[in-house]
Amino acid sequence: MLLEIANLKKTYPEPSGRRIPILDIPKFELAQGEQVVLRGESGGGKTTLLHIISGLVEADGGSVRLEGVELIGFSESRRDRIRAAKMGYVFQTFNLLPAFTALENVRLAMTFAGRAVDVARAKELLARVGLENRMHYLPSQLSVGQQQRVSVARALANRPKLLLADEPTANVDPANQSRIIELIQSTCRAENVALLLVTHSDDVASRFTRVEQLGELNRAVQEPVVEDAV
Amino acid sequence: MNLFAIALRNVFYRPLASMLTATSMALGVALVVLVLTISGVIEKSLERTSNVGYNLIIGAKGSPLQLVFNTVFFLSQPVENIPYSYYMEYLPGDGRQKERERIGGELKDSERSGLYSFLMKGGFAIPLCMGDYVDRFRCVATTPDYFDLLKHGDANDLPYTFSSGRNFQDYSEEHGFFEAVVGAEVAESLNLKIGSEIFASHGAESGDTHAQGFEVVGILNRTGSPNDRGAFVNIEGFYLLEGHVAPDRDEDSGLEKAGTATAPERSSKLSKVRLPIEKREVTAILLKPSGFAAIGLEKQVNKTKFAQAVSPIAQIEGLLGVFVRPLRWALLALTSLVCIVSAISILVSIYNSMNERKKDIAIMRALGASRDHITIIILMESLMLALAGGIVGWLVGHALGPLSNPWTMPATGVRIDWLSFNSSLEPFIIPGLVLVGTLAGVIPAVAAYRTPVAKSL
Repeated sequence: MLLEIANLKKTYPEPSGRRIPILDIPKFELAQGEQVVLRGESGGGKTTLLHIISGLVEADGGSVRLEGVELIGFSESRRDRIRAAKMGYVFQTFNLLPAFTALENVRLAMTFAGRAVDVARAKELLARVGLENRMHYLPSQLSVGQQQRVSVARALANRPKLLLADEPTANVDPANQSRIIELIQSTCRAENVALLLVTHSDDVASRFTRVEQLGELNRAVQEPVVEDAV
Repeated sequence: MNLFAIALRNVFYRPLASMLTATSMALGVALVVLVLTISGVIEKSLERTSNVGYNLIIGAKGSPLQLVFNTVFFLSQPVENIPYSYYMEYLPGDGRQKERERIGGELKDSERSGLYSFLMKGGFAIPLCMGDYVDRFRCVATTPDYFDLLKHGDANDLPYTFSSGRNFQDYSEEHGFFEAVVGAEVAESLNLKIGSEIFASHGAESGDTHAQGFEVVGILNRTGSPNDRGAFVNIEGFYLLEGHVAPDRDEDSGLEKAGTATAPERSSKLSKVRLPIEKREVTAILLKPSGFAAIGLEKQVNKTKFAQAVSPIAQIEGLLGVFVRPLRWALLALTSLVCIVSAISILVSIYNSMNERKKDIAIMRALGASRDHITIIILMESLMLALAGGIVGWLVGHALGPLSNPWTMPATGVRIDWLSFNSSLEPFIIPGLVLVGTLAGVIPAVAAYRTPVAKSL
């Protein structure tokens, strides 16, 4: 099993000082190369779960194992290294660095992973997402759909084992939406990368064979209007 | 891409802010370099000018500094005069008797040698009369020895040379006692040539000129010394100008005797009649005693009632110590403050950009950049801005010196080369300022270090 989550707990503090439980997941597993959609209410903790898996946020307790290695309890710098080496992240708002071209955005991911920058791979990824003619464009010179495609290429730059995608089509028009999901799925298949994708879209969810409802995985009782806690 | 390239890209991504920040650093460093250069020029100029080739200036009692300013730099007003007979006490060997024979007039104990002649063996004494002007330039009445015996230059080993003409003579068949030599700047400013006639005005720049003029027989090559700004006339002719005759004085009270300030009758400009000794006064005597006699002589003269002996080098060293060097420190402190303000502007510029860059930093962190990566990138940005500003400022500061040569060199005689005033302070101050600028990045770097990633995405 690539990813194993057990008894994962996360709370967040209220202004009163009381801690509100946001996540309490007894068990969740993801196999190598598997593609799963995660759905749930807004504020239900989907993004928090991705942040915990990627090591951006610490859990309060429980276990998150990637390829059998326990991530909970690691220092921040070690989590940074594991994230850079083994995970890719596609954000809802693309999060490209505006000062860097499409190619440089992809290369940056390699730089921070501490690896020799493989320019050929960066170009190959951009070509695979259909941007071979836009490699040297700044994000501001690309359309919304093109920007998200760059972010997909960037997320796959370090040959990750797991791709985390947080509502990657939320800011994209319907025509581009299916193209991007198709791109993410096909690229993950080609690279044998497991995919955990968060979405509100029924269309997107319908493309996956495994769809998980966070409400069913999560035992934490939540108040309805809480934004994702971090 | 390495961290350096990332930092460089960030700097260039905000070109205006980066340029303004680096410019403020450049201005600060350029100011420091200029202050060091200017104070170096002032110091060297004063030192080379004080290296005059004579050890002592003798003048009437008064301010020693004023005597030096007036005699060496042609600044300030002359102090009182001293009798010519007193000057004659300094003439080496039997110079006193020979002078008595040459000039004529009343002189007590005319057969004896000068009181200080035994200290003057191998040396010289040159009389100066000052107080008149030629246009706005000082008129210096002296003897031909001024240019025959004195030298100039950093090592005081360069004889005075003439771009045209020759030194004036004590008496010439063509011009009698009325010959003059002018400094390069005087000739240039007043458009004087050999054969031009200059007229001294009595007592002030705007005073009426004397009717009798002096014919320019020599124009000095530029020396970079105050002599470039002097009009030198034959002292013998100067004494014969109206109002330059010393009156007789009452021996007890020292008061002038009315109607005694009269010049001798002269038939023509070429008349050989000189003003007698007792009617003459001098403003200063340039003295070079033999060997180490200067120190003893200075003390001896300063014990007398009406004369003082001043060492120009000691006075100028004192001036440097009291005014110039402390002023340099004050200016350095001020300009260093400018650099600290520049460093703060680097801090403010980067710190302000932190807010808009929080998301970028969070993205880099999400891509795997550690907190250390981010800190290094921010510090590199401030290093680049401080270094670029520092280098540009250093170049500009040093370029302004040589570029100002056409204006400063004639005035100071000091040529400023690229690194000619590379003060011993510079290797410490400039890198120090760049370091301060770089350290200004620490606070923004800490802010970046603490950026909460998940919240900022």
